[in-house]
Amino acid sequence: MRAVKAMAMASVMLPATYAGATDLEVTHWWTSGGEAAAVKELAKAFDASGNKWVDGAIAGSGGTARPIMISRITGGDPMGATQFNHGRQAQELAEAGLMRDLTAVAEKGKWREIIKPASLLDSCTIDGKIYCAPVNIHSWQWLWLSNDAFKKAGVPVPKNWNEFVAAGPALQKAGIQPLAMGGQPWQATGAFDTLIISLGGRDLYMKVFKDKDAKAAGGPEMAAIFKAADEARKLAKGTNVQDWNQATNMVVTGKAGGQIMGDWAQGEFQLAGKVAGTDYTCLPGLGLNQYLTAGGDAFYFPLLKDEAKSKAQEKLAEVIVDPKTQVAFNLKKGSLPVRGDVDLSAANDCMKKGLDVLAKGNILSSTDQLLSPDTQKQKEDLFSQFFANESMTPEAAQKRFADIIAAAD
Amino acid sequence: MAGHAHAGRPNQLFRNLNSKIALTPMILIALVVFLGGTIWTVVYSFTRSGLLPRLSFVGLDQYERLWAAPRWIISIQNLAIYGILTLIFSLVIGFVLAALMDQKIRFENTFRTIFLYPFALSFIVTGLVWQWILNPEFGIQSIVRSLGWTTFEFDPLYNADIVIYGILIAGLWQGTGLVMCLMLAGLRGIDEDIWKAARVDGIPMWRTYIFIVIPMMRPVFITTLVLIASGIVKVYDLVVAQTSGGPGIASEVPAKYVYDYMFQAQNLGQGFAASTMMLITVAIIIVPWAYLEFGGRKRG
Repeated sequence: MRAVKAMAMASVMLPATYAGATDLEVTHWWTSGGEAAAVKELAKAFDASGNKWVDGAIAGSGGTARPIMISRITGGDPMGATQFNHGRQAQELAEAGLMRDLTAVAEKGKWREIIKPASLLDSCTIDGKIYCAPVNIHSWQWLWLSNDAFKKAGVPVPKNWNEFVAAGPALQKAGIQPLAMGGQPWQATGAFDTLIISLGGRDLYMKVFKDKDAKAAGGPEMAAIFKAADEARKLAKGTNVQDWNQATNMVVTGKAGGQIMGDWAQGEFQLAGKVAGTDYTCLPGLGLNQYLTAGGDAFYFPLLKDEAKSKAQEKLAEVIVDPKTQVAFNLKKGSLPVRGDVDLSAANDCMKKGLDVLAKGNILSSTDQLLSPDTQKQKEDLFSQFFANESMTPEAAQKRFADIIAAAD
Repeated sequence: MAGHAHAGRPNQLFRNLNSKIALTPMILIALVVFLGGTIWTVVYSFTRSGLLPRLSFVGLDQYERLWAAPRWIISIQNLAIYGILTLIFSLVIGFVLAALMDQKIRFENTFRTIFLYPFALSFIVTGLVWQWILNPEFGIQSIVRSLGWTTFEFDPLYNADIVIYGILIAGLWQGTGLVMCLMLAGLRGIDEDIWKAARVDGIPMWRTYIFIVIPMMRPVFITTLVLIASGIVKVYDLVVAQTSGGPGIASEVPAKYVYDYMFQAQNLGQGFAASTMMLITVAIIIVPWAYLEFGGRKRG
């Protein structure tokens, strides 16, 4: 009865509400279990605003998804909204006038004041205009450990990277893969960048990636990092999986000792019903230098002619930054919210550690923000080769790394 | 004078007028899409185009960078290995299968279907199927080990030195059936009398095949060669499905370099430079061959 009534009401109100109820196609590459659960929260919040979220998930990680998204936008078939990583991936699209300027929405919502750290919004800003709505903060600098695996190997759970490396032989003896690392190029690259911050420290990271100092990139401090990467690739040998979540799954099930992976890995542990602290351990900054890079995901909105859809785009941008959505989404995703004024008492052990680092202000820009996609790709080529091919010496790799940094833009 | 010439030789332009009109759209498409697109790509390969094309020329920078990139060098080497071996093996296996099939065996239709069936699958499906077959934990290696040879090792897709051969196996499995069918059609086109004459002269069967039948099948071989060669140059999806270029960058191919740099690295200039190099490679092979094939005959 009530449904009939509602339908009658709706049909009467149709002309008035028509402008508000619009289908909006949203493309993203969140397809693992934990990610999909988080996307559902976003879709739910957007649907509640009277619009309809049309899911356009693209499987196979950002490297596969981004070319599809970009060619749709440049080819004249834009979606309603799309995910990109914060930073320079969509810079040229915005410069070419293909993306929608969100400055008005941002001013209305006081984004400048509430979004923390401010560098997130700076990455959305091109020529003084805001082009994206940040949705979460992701940091790469985490070591995920399986407590079970270490118990089986008879060694205590490591407290930092050095102890982890020392425990490697014991894990191997127990038939456990010490370090899990998927074969996709971005994983090797991310792990290496993490080693720079955690072992080399903040200054080295900034010198190499922000100032593009080729001398530092070829110097003795970096040589130590390449040595560490050499150890890491020996521990990672034999993983034989491609996707990051397959590698994470090895840690979840205790088949592998640990994984260097961003905080999105958290979602997989949560989905498997594991408890932080008892089943698994997380070490921000690999337990050494407690710095996190605040990159993350943001939604960009292509410029559309359709009036109603443009309205819906604005609505979605508001919904994304809304405190309630921020909490619901980030708890499922395992990432941190983009605003400091939300209640995260439901956060687990690992997220609290991340929030602590955030509160201390130990935040750096991510490589996606500092380097162009072109440079990132060259780095990926180098590190996927380095991690897969043991005949490549750390010295040879460092020389090529210095060349890439010297030519970086 | 002019009138006389006209009467003697009708204007070339209006001969076969109907077929010329019918061909016009095709000629236009060839000029605009193929030639125009090619020229556009070559021109922009000398620019610093990023995500979107723009005309800011940088000379040969993109090419210098291309040939200094280890990944490009590996791609070229892989294509050479894959190309030469595919050419040899698919022709040899295809011809031998066709010759066997030509012995008036029973159930020929069934065998032909079985051999041709893989060709009905896309490279993506082929790649995924062989990824599983060659996976050490699920495929051939684990089967042989479970039969008792516990030290047996066969994991081409995870060994950087031999990964390209793992891709080659899948490529051959998919493509050889078509070569066989083309060859079989060629063999069926050979006159029975030739076989009879050879038999009367007491020439053994293998010599008849090599010295009489194969030279007579020249047109079939050329068609097959063109089909195989074009498949080799554009190999991309097989690699993406089977290894996505891994382990590391050990199984990269030029077409994948072009795609990755154009769209993932947002560096169109670099991608265009790489695709121009691919074009030049093809031209170096095709032009002398076409010259010998078509140019020579006209003079002779």
